[in-house]
Amino acid sequence: MAAKTARTGKSSRAGSRPSDSLTAEQLTDMYTKMNHIRAFEEKVAYFFSRGMIHGTTHLYIGEEATAVGALAPLSDKDLITSTHRGHGHTISKGIDLNRMMAELLGRSNGYCKGKGGSMHIADLSRGNLGANGIVGGGIPIAVGAALTLKMRKQDQVVVSFFGDGALNEGSFHESVNLASVWDLPVVFVCEDNQYGMSMSRHKSINLDDLADRAKAYGIPGKTIDGQNVFEVYDAMVEAIDQAKKTGPVLLVSETYRYMGHSKSDANRYRTKEEINEWKKRDPIAILRAEILRRGTADEKTLDGIEAQTREDIEAAVRFAEEAGEPDVNDIINDVYA
Amino acid sequence: MSSAKQKDGAATGVREITYAEAIREAMSEEMRKSDDVFLMGEDVGVYGGAFGVSVGMVDEFGEDRVRDTPISEAVIVGAATGAAVTGMRPIAEIQFSDFITIGMDQLVNQAAKIRYMFGGAANVPMVIRAPAGSGTGAAAQHSSSMEAWYTHVPGLKVVTPSSPYDAKGLLKSAIADPNPVVFLEQKLLYRVKGPVPEEEYTIPLSSSEVKREGDAVTVVTWGRMVNRCLEVADELSREGIEMEVVDPRTLMPLDEGPIVASAKKTGRVLIVHEAVQTGGYGGEIAARIADSEAFYYLDAPIKRLGALDVPVPYNPVLEANVVPTHEKITAAVRELVQ
Repeated sequence: MAAKTARTGKSSRAGSRPSDSLTAEQLTDMYTKMNHIRAFEEKVAYFFSRGMIHGTTHLYIGEEATAVGALAPLSDKDLITSTHRGHGHTISKGIDLNRMMAELLGRSNGYCKGKGGSMHIADLSRGNLGANGIVGGGIPIAVGAALTLKMRKQDQVVVSFFGDGALNEGSFHESVNLASVWDLPVVFVCEDNQYGMSMSRHKSINLDDLADRAKAYGIPGKTIDGQNVFEVYDAMVEAIDQAKKTGPVLLVSETYRYMGHSKSDANRYRTKEEINEWKKRDPIAILRAEILRRGTADEKTLDGIEAQTREDIEAAVRFAEEAGEPDVNDIINDVYA
Repeated sequence: MSSAKQKDGAATGVREITYAEAIREAMSEEMRKSDDVFLMGEDVGVYGGAFGVSVGMVDEFGEDRVRDTPISEAVIVGAATGAAVTGMRPIAEIQFSDFITIGMDQLVNQAAKIRYMFGGAANVPMVIRAPAGSGTGAAAQHSSSMEAWYTHVPGLKVVTPSSPYDAKGLLKSAIADPNPVVFLEQKLLYRVKGPVPEEEYTIPLSSSEVKREGDAVTVVTWGRMVNRCLEVADELSREGIEMEVVDPRTLMPLDEGPIVASAKKTGRVLIVHEAVQTGGYGGEIAARIADSEAFYYLDAPIKRLGALDVPVPYNPVLEANVVPTHEKITAAVRELVQ
C-alpha cells in the first residue's frame, strides 16, 4: 500500500502561530531532544542486533516530532502517560538519560532498578506516569490523573499518548467518554504511525480521518502532520488551552515508524518504497531546515548538537555499564508499599 | 480480638448496625478526615449504590466526591489507578464483583504492577469495593465469588469481611493502605446487623481472627460462610464437638499464624468457602498448613469444602445447593472428627 500522504496543517494562520514565537533556545532544545531520541534508539537498536539487550523494544525513530512538539508547550508540572513505544515521550518530558539507558540494560541504577525495562520507564518527579506494555493501558490512568488535577483545582494538563491501534481498544472509548462527561483536562494524542504491528490502520478503522472519532464523544478532534514539529506544537498549544478551559481534545498525529514494530519484525506488510517515501519527510530534517531558515543556529552549531547528543548517549552507556547487575535478593522488594 | 473489643465497647457505646451501614461509616469517616478520599462508581450518588451502601453520602459530600460514573468498569478502575498514583485515595465501587472482569487489565496489569514495574517509585493507594457472592437469585453473572483470582496477582491485597465490625475496621485500614486493595463485600450480609462501637477503631489488614475457640477441629472460612460455620459450631457444641472457627479476613497477604496455630491445636482442618472449590483459595490455605510445622500435628487429611464447580444457577433450590450448605458443613466436620 502506498504511503498515505500526511495532512498539512489547517491551523496555520500566517503570522499568528505560536511556533513563530519559539526562541532560539527553545528551537535548540527541540532539536537536541529529537536528536537525543534518535541517538538513544540507534544505540538501542545496535545493542539488540548484537544481543546485548534482552527482551524486546519498540523504536520511535521517525516519529520524534510528535513527542517533542507535543511536550514542548508543557510545564514540568504537567503529566503524561506513554506507550510501549515510549522512549520519545520519556526523553521529551525530560529524563535522566543515564538512568534510562541503565534501565534498558537492566542495571541496578536504572529507573526501575532493572525491574521494568523499556516498556515501564516512569519518572513521577517529572510528571511522567509511565510507559505501558498494554495497548491503550495508559489512557484510563491519564483520565484518573486529570481527575486529581480537577478535584484539586490544579492548573495543569495531562497528555495521553497512544497509537492508532489503541483506538480500537475499549479503554480508549471508556476513557475519552469519561474525560468528556467530566470535562477533564486531558489532551489525547493518537500517534497514527499507520500500523498496529502489521495491521494497517486503513484495514482496522473504517475512517479516512481518525480525528472523526472525537465527534462520538462530543469533543474537539484534529488531525495534524506529525512529521512537522511546528504543526504539532501549534496544535498542542491550542489543545492544552482548550483542555484546561473546557475539557478533553483528541489530536491525531500522522506519522510513521521507520523501524519494525519490534525486534522480530521482517516488514512483510509494507514496502521499501513506502518506507523511503516517508523518510523524505524526516522530522529532524524538517526542523533543521526551519532552524537554518530562521537563522537561530547555523550548520556548525547544529552539527555540534548532533555530535553532543551521540556523546551523551555514549556517556549513558558508560554510566549503565559501570553499575552492577541488580541484587537477586531485590526480586521480592517493591511489590507492596 | 474483635469480640473482646466489642465487649469492652459495650460500656462505652456500642450499637447494632448493618454491614452496609458499617461500610458507609468507614467511608464517610475517612472522607471527613481527608479531601483525598472520594467515592466513585455506577449509581453511587443519588441512587445510593445498587445495594444502598452509599445512601445519603452525596448529600454530605457532594457530587464531586461521590461521583456517579458511566457504566465503564475499565475506566472506573483505571481512573482510580491514575488518581491514586497522583496522590488521591480513591474508593471505586464496582456494582457487582463479577464486573471487575471488565476492568481486569487496569486492575491486574496496571494498578497491581505499577509499583513493582517502576522499581518502587509509585504508590497506588486505592480500594476497589465490590459485592460478591450468591444467594440473591441473580444467577451466574451477578453471583460469583472470585477472590482467588485477585490473590493470584502480586501487588493486590484482598479483603473479605464477614461482619459489620470487621467490615468497618478493615475498610478504614484499606483506605489508609498505600496499595491497591480489592475489598469484597458480601451482598447477603449487607442487611445483617452486628455490634459496632461508636468510637473510631481500625482493624489491621492481614490479621486473621479466631472467631470461636474449640479443640475438636479447625474450620478456616471467610465471607458469608463464617456465620454459617458458627451456626454449625453452636449445634455441634451440644454434642460435645467444639469447632474452632478462624476467619483470615484478609486473604492476601495472609496472616497464617493463627491458622497454623489452630491446626496444631486441633490436628484437624476443614476449609470452607463460597467460591468454587477447584482453584479456590482453600487450596492455598491447605498448602500453607501442609507446609508448616502444623503438618506434624495433623490427625487427618486437610479437607476443603467449596462450591460445586459450576456457574451459580438461578433456581433458588439449585442456588442454595451450589455453595457449602449447613448440612454439608456439618457432615464434613463430623467426618473429620470421627
